[in-house]
Amino acid sequence: MRFSTPSGMNRRHFMSHLAGASALGASALALGHTLQLNANQLKRNRKSAILLWMGGGPASIDIWDLKPGAATGGPFKPIATNGDLQICEHMPMMAKNMDKMSIVRAMSTREADHDRGRYYMHTGYVPNPNVQYPSYGSVISHQLAHTRPELEIPPFIAVGGGSEGPGFLGMAWAPFTVDANGQVRDLAPGIEMNRMAQRVQALRQMESEFIAERRGAAAEEHAKVIGKTLNLMTSQQMSAFQVNQESTEVQERYGRNNFGRSCLMARRLVEVGVPFVECTLGGWDNHQNIFPTLQNNLLPTLDRAMSALLEDLAQRGLLQDTAVIWMGEFGRTPRINGNAGRDHWARSWSVAVGGAGMKPGIAIGETNADGTEIVGTSWSSEDLMASVCKSLGISLETTFTSTDGRPMKIANSGKIIQELFT
Amino acid sequence: MALCEVQRIVGAGLFPVRILLFADVLNFFHSGGRINPSKNQREPRLACFSAPIWLLCLTFTATLFSNGELIAQTTINSHITSVQFTTSRMSVEAPELGYGARGFNDIPPQVLRINDQFESIWAETGLRPSSEATDYEWCRRVHLDLIGRIPTVEELSSFVQDKADDKRLKLVNRLLYDDFYTEEIARNWTTLWTNLLIGRTGGNGNNSMISRTGMQKYLRDSFARNKPYDQLAKELITATGSAQPDAVDFNGATNFLIDKVNMENAAQATAATSRIFLGVQVQCTQCHNHPFNDWKQQKYWEFNAFFRQVRGFRGATDAESPKLVDQDFRGESGNIDEADLFYELRNGQLKVAYPVFFDGTSLPRSGYVQAINRREKVSELIIQSPWFAQAQVNRIWEHFLGYGFTKPVDDLGSHNPPAYPDLFEFLSEEFRNSGYDLRRLMAWVVLSKPYALSSKTNKGNERDDPLMGLTPAFSHFYLRQMRAEELYESLQIASGAGAQTGSYEEQEARKNRWLQQFATEFGTDEGDETTQFNGTISQVLMMFNGEMVRSATAAEPGSVLAKLFSDNGTKYLDAVDHLFLAGLSRPAKKSERDMAQFLLQARQGDSREALRDVWWVVLNSNQFLFNY
Repeated sequence: MRFSTPSGMNRRHFMSHLAGASALGASALALGHTLQLNANQLKRNRKSAILLWMGGGPASIDIWDLKPGAATGGPFKPIATNGDLQICEHMPMMAKNMDKMSIVRAMSTREADHDRGRYYMHTGYVPNPNVQYPSYGSVISHQLAHTRPELEIPPFIAVGGGSEGPGFLGMAWAPFTVDANGQVRDLAPGIEMNRMAQRVQALRQMESEFIAERRGAAAEEHAKVIGKTLNLMTSQQMSAFQVNQESTEVQERYGRNNFGRSCLMARRLVEVGVPFVECTLGGWDNHQNIFPTLQNNLLPTLDRAMSALLEDLAQRGLLQDTAVIWMGEFGRTPRINGNAGRDHWARSWSVAVGGAGMKPGIAIGETNADGTEIVGTSWSSEDLMASVCKSLGISLETTFTSTDGRPMKIANSGKIIQELFT
Repeated sequence: MALCEVQRIVGAGLFPVRILLFADVLNFFHSGGRINPSKNQREPRLACFSAPIWLLCLTFTATLFSNGELIAQTTINSHITSVQFTTSRMSVEAPELGYGARGFNDIPPQVLRINDQFESIWAETGLRPSSEATDYEWCRRVHLDLIGRIPTVEELSSFVQDKADDKRLKLVNRLLYDDFYTEEIARNWTTLWTNLLIGRTGGNGNNSMISRTGMQKYLRDSFARNKPYDQLAKELITATGSAQPDAVDFNGATNFLIDKVNMENAAQATAATSRIFLGVQVQCTQCHNHPFNDWKQQKYWEFNAFFRQVRGFRGATDAESPKLVDQDFRGESGNIDEADLFYELRNGQLKVAYPVFFDGTSLPRSGYVQAINRREKVSELIIQSPWFAQAQVNRIWEHFLGYGFTKPVDDLGSHNPPAYPDLFEFLSEEFRNSGYDLRRLMAWVVLSKPYALSSKTNKGNERDDPLMGLTPAFSHFYLRQMRAEELYESLQIASGAGAQTGSYEEQEARKNRWLQQFATEFGTDEGDETTQFNGTISQVLMMFNGEMVRSATAAEPGSVLAKLFSDNGTKYLDAVDHLFLAGLSRPAKKSERDMAQFLLQARQGDSREALRDVWWVVLNSNQFLFNY
């Protein structure tokens, strides 16, 4: 690289300086004006997905697939909803929004360990020491990023918790993790922009020389991530993280807690074009005293935030393009243990899914009277992932090449859950 | 300096004895005079000495003091004073290994065995190994891996300028055995083991029973003394006492299990103990027979039965330390002489289990701690198991070379056979024979040929890429990012600022706060967590704009830049070279000097400002972030 004579630079100039480096795509030149685009323009070709991740393994038997009267059922009662199914009495606000979501009550998986379950539900693959599979957010943002060249902030954002990584897709598709307050650390350079640009220009030369020494792929990944970082540092889209810009009333509707803020942020991020947002609500590993914990704490938090998110997405016309997935690493035992809790259970449990054209308001599949077995067809993580991909217009024929050169079909060749598309 | 002297005397054929006095004596009396016989040792260890010999040693110490031949050293460890002395008049047969090891006079034979193995593998598979790493590269690598930070310019220069044939051996000896590095080597391995035992977030929550400081204090004492690994394991598995350092009956080792024994019938204690000390993953078999390996649900619960005589208690007030306490296990059917437990098969049927080790050794079934202390017994069974040494060899190998003999590193068993089984078994056997001497094991690996190769690949070995799912052949060094802790310590060194202020505890607390921004918990009861750090945008932002790099480039007093600035005679390009040595452990290349000139021009010839830019570029480069 030749060094040009330094001179004064404005922001555009800064980016154009950097754009000479290959890792920085055309997006860098389109400086942040997307916030000014109106909702109608945003809707076009704007598929997105929001994953509501319930860390610890939620007791879906107490939320979406109640077994009143069964010994395994627990104390909660089902209530009617505006969809064609019943849910838990402690989810009254969601009961008014079940015309937007469906419940897959026939999930049957095999991974009942947290690490393994989290990995499997995020990737559609069981852990394999030789291949790192990419997670939902990495796959979907990788597939959809090209549809929004004006996006300057990372296409996969994880709010308030840990997701799974990009695996063989590389660090450029890793989740960008922020806390629920939307504080992004170390964003401001603290020096003048043109000086920063000169530093970065020098840095890029050093990086490329090290890459050329062929010491490993990780060196190259770093250069790509620098490109993404520069994009973000100079973007007005970063204001999407500022949930406190919303009115008090809106913040109250989502709930003044981390999960509420996460869901509100997810809506704002989808509005600026982020294709994948993951929001985490932890604390579902209820081996003891499960019912008070659910009733007094987790369910009210979930109910408020999830219903507000769905209402807002629908009201803004975004729900038809935004898939919403609610799940954890597994369900919980259809048996109440000696500590008044439920343990890990993967054989028969539920997830919630909706938006992006998927049929809402229905229960798909069923469990037996005490919730211990699936009756009829069961569904897996791969199937759910394949269905979400289909809803987003991502071809299930899409094939990745893993680092070892093997072709890998998207969503591990999962089957589409047909009821969602009839 | 004192130790060099010792080593010279040792070299002259005199006998070194190192006695770690008060803690061991205390331990000895605490244990009620019981002695832990160490297995498979070639030589006796001080811990095996009988009480009269201990007293004799104490007396001897005093005499030597008066002779003025004593070299006394106060270690970083606050309640242990270690005293080393050497004398030609010593007649006590003193141990050479374990506590007393003092370095190597020659390349150890284990290194040659490693080299032979890989040379034949490369020949058989037609791999052309990379050329040797430069002195600069090797020096940086060995500092990072042994003491957890990059070398200073002074350390680097003295190594590179040394013309001796055995300078690598000398450097390894120095890092492992010189008092100057005791604190740093202890800090590094304390960090690694703290993360292994209680995770990156353990003890940080408000409601946690774990004292992270207590865990670190225990580990630091242990690694500073190079405590034999079997003893370390035994102490961690059997610990009782208080978790917090200020408590009267403080025993930092309790922090490993204190929050793992209460919930879910000690499921986490069961899983963590077997994974960490045996490399055996049992957690899935809690609920069902494992579909892919030999572990059966029955084995899980029989192993779990060893962890039922123990409980963690919170203090009565916040000020009172939590305690880990042995207590009788009444058994789930209430007959303490036949203390049983029950588990449920997937079909709902209940089955009974008693303490039986993986190898079939079963214990008497009494639940009385006095009659049979199950944790005590299981620690012995674990140490006798062949997996005990293997699991640690595997972990150490992975630490230095990037990959272990198995993938993942903590999953041993016939379902996951190791690569290079002969070498793996050989090293495990040698490790056992060394008295589980961790520093010896480290030295064997870092002095080996695979560790000395460049990370630059060539046409003849670029296919040796474990990322492709292949078995690593170690025909080149595998490029890897520094761990977050290594990056932190390296930035402290590279900036020369901030590191040395405050007590050890304050420094660790500061580092811990910094690290927390990158650790995220998953919201499960098991406290599993991830580090969203390496290679992420957050990391780049932190390096671009964060406080540490900002203060490094601000030329604060004591920093690398401030020193350069204070010496007006230094030419600009020499200063640039110095910054490359300080950050990347090598001088600047021609193209990088051009880059520095460009920045000088951009700063209108203000060399100080330009050097700040150069320093920023160096610290932000991929090369700085990597162990290469």
